[in-house]
Amino acid sequence: MTKRILQILTRGYRGTLEEQDDQVLWLTHMLHNNGADTDVLLRGTASNYVVRGQDASGLYFGDRAQTQPPDIANEIRALIRKGVHVFVVGEELRARGIRRNETLEDVSYVALAELPALLRGYDQVWQW
Amino acid sequence: MPPKCLTFVLNDPPYESARSTTALRLLDAAIRRGYDVNVFAYEGAVGLACASQMQHANPIHGRDAASEDHPNPKDWIAALQVLARQCSVRLDWLNCGQCSDERGVAEAIPGVRRGSPADLWAFVRASVNTLVIPTS
Repeated sequence: MTKRILQILTRGYRGTLEEQDDQVLWLTHMLHNNGADTDVLLRGTASNYVVRGQDASGLYFGDRAQTQPPDIANEIRALIRKGVHVFVVGEELRARGIRRNETLEDVSYVALAELPALLRGYDQVWQW
Repeated sequence: MPPKCLTFVLNDPPYESARSTTALRLLDAAIRRGYDVNVFAYEGAVGLACASQMQHANPIHGRDAASEDHPNPKDWIAALQVLARQCSVRLDWLNCGQCSDERGVAEAIPGVRRGSPADLWAFVRASVNTLVIPTS
């Protein structure tokens, strides 16, 4: 029986301009593509990843422009399309002043009080 | 009965955080307790086994390079490889290939190999548990 893994990502935008994606979300794509049963819980500053309309384009140094800026929201949409559940904690969005109508579609909301039950549904929890 | 296996995912580069040393201590403990150990070095952790690490003198301590004997994590990893052989268990250390390429640290010590997330998933499937040690 395959292991079910919940990956908790708490820090957003860590090196995302240099890497042109989020390293944990990228790894999640790769693990899923290789058969892993894995979902993602976004917490802390990573909660901001579900906000629509972000644009990281325009970075340049001298005459060297970044041609492929990160598009984290699209990475999350792609994960959801693949069947990966992407959870976010409702209270943590509210604490950041983020309204639900500002967030991506099909993100799964959980309450803080529901986290223990959520975690119990997985064989392993990876905290990044 | 074959040894049980643990997988560790490391993220921190050398010399930046106590997590790197703590991670190696966990590997040492697991090896001494008879576990086969898989390591997937991700992001900056690919620098831990970099073959070109060098020692240096310390003018504040008043010591030359030899007497300062400054740690290079690659030597600690090599020592863990020896320990694993002595304990008749396996230490399989994999550097994320793309992480190595983009950081220019592709040259690792013998016994450390290059891999991908597919290898990490193979590690996880073969292990009784997996510990991710995140960076800050």
